[in-house]
Amino acid sequence: MMASAFMSAGRRVFLLLLAIFLAAPLVVVTGVSFNATQRMSFPPQNPSLVWYGVFFHDAGWMSAFTLSLTVATLAALVAVSIAFPIAYAIWKYQSRMGKLLESVARISFLLPSIVLSIVFLVFWSWIGHAGKIEDTILSHAVVFVTLPLTTIGLGFRSVDYALVEAARTMGARDSDVLRTILRPIVLPYVISGLVFVFILSLNEYVIAYMVAGFEVETLPIKVFNNLRMGFQPTMCVGAVLFMLVGIIAFSLVALIGDLPKLLGGRQ
Amino acid sequence: MTATATPMQRLRLGALLAWPTLALVGLALVPLVLLLRISVAPPDLAGMWGHGLTLAAYAAPAEPEVARALLHSLFLAVVVATISLGLGFPLTALITRMRRGRQVVWLVFLLATLSLSDVLIAFSWQVMLSKRIGLSGIFVALGLIDKSDSLAPSDGAVIACLVYLVLPFTVLTLFPVLSRLDRSLIEAARTLGASPRRAFLTVVIPMTRGPVMIAFLMAAVLTLGAYAPPIVLGRPQSWPMAVLIGNAALAGHDLPRASAMSIFLLGVTVLLALGAAWLARGKLRR
Repeated sequence: MMASAFMSAGRRVFLLLLAIFLAAPLVVVTGVSFNATQRMSFPPQNPSLVWYGVFFHDAGWMSAFTLSLTVATLAALVAVSIAFPIAYAIWKYQSRMGKLLESVARISFLLPSIVLSIVFLVFWSWIGHAGKIEDTILSHAVVFVTLPLTTIGLGFRSVDYALVEAARTMGARDSDVLRTILRPIVLPYVISGLVFVFILSLNEYVIAYMVAGFEVETLPIKVFNNLRMGFQPTMCVGAVLFMLVGIIAFSLVALIGDLPKLLGGRQ
Repeated sequence: MTATATPMQRLRLGALLAWPTLALVGLALVPLVLLLRISVAPPDLAGMWGHGLTLAAYAAPAEPEVARALLHSLFLAVVVATISLGLGFPLTALITRMRRGRQVVWLVFLLATLSLSDVLIAFSWQVMLSKRIGLSGIFVALGLIDKSDSLAPSDGAVIACLVYLVLPFTVLTLFPVLSRLDRSLIEAARTLGASPRRAFLTVVIPMTRGPVMIAFLMAAVLTLGAYAPPIVLGRPQSWPMAVLIGNAALAGHDLPRASAMSIFLLGVTVLLALGAAWLARGKLRR
């Protein structure tokens, strides 16, 4: 009994320490963003929202912020448009081509991002198209396509095949099955795939920087460029906004679907 | 697709996979082949790369600076992946045993940290480790260091930041397998007299070794690719390969050199993948 009480206390301490480790940078950056002066101090002195006003009235920061959101949204849509047909082909036809494409997608995710950034820099310069927003979007879509592929694959595998058989026996065509049976089951997995690409693209720095960093200055690129010139509290405001976007996006996913199940947990 | 597929089905499958094939071949395979080609081209500082073939760029690791960067990348990858797995495995195991509500809160929390760019996380760590924000003061009070000072730049700061970056990926990779782990098997092993440690080694490890290996590899790859954290938090004399590659491309305008160095970094990645696979097999036999 003593031993198990000791174990459970140990677990609680472990979780508490990890929670502090994970929360610390978020708390410190949020705190610093509320400083009234330009100085970097924590806890904040004379808490105020002055830097939020500066951020929202600064054309440069706002354009970086909206550019990031645009790139991330389009990259997510493109990634899902690549991933969904592959996942469907593997599930419905056990397509060997589909599995091959899946491995290509997996391998490109398992390359170090600095290497990918050089790969895409060389590629877009080769076709004479460097420095465009499409480069950033398509590069992100291809690098992150494995995430929706994984979630949508999970979704298809969670479909009870007896349901599909029953629909077929009653005369449903493929398109009917897709619409009435597959859509409601797989949709949450598609959404979670979208959110994953959106969030990772929003925050991806080195590929975006190499491919089109001078023309397409996303928020992480702007923060990094400013970091070299010294501290500015507006960078913390940017970080806080991104955190909020992340928390809201994943909380929405948790509200729409069963988050543990969407992440591949127990059915 | 089975051998009995009708031409109609085959056509439909072709139409279905046309766009994904185009996208993945055109934007993943072709660029990779191009990287190999550029790595053996002569540099051309005015444009991008010259015509002809040369292996000059492959001599880069002969330079002490590059050799040290390669070793340092390998060192960072192994250290960060080991720490992330050491923290991530028990964390995931504990999360899977929580009640649903707490489980969701922990998952959203981890996913929220995932939604901060490595630049922003490196920046947060820089703020936290700076002399002004009292983390070093806490360490002095705990007796860990002598006097309050900035804790960055240092290798420790880079490692802490990278572990932070990698941990959510580790948990997400291990979550499915640990969540579905059949606990009755562990109980069976315990009933048959296995110690908790033995049950862990003979039941849990073999059942989870695939995902554990992938989690290790993913942590290593994320570390090898990280560019901003070592620049923000590390010392120039211990910059890893990623920073050198970035500098070769951006400051040096030498794409063949950056490509050849990328291929060496890919070599390190493959080495780590083989090492992880070998370790996973070794554990299975025991």
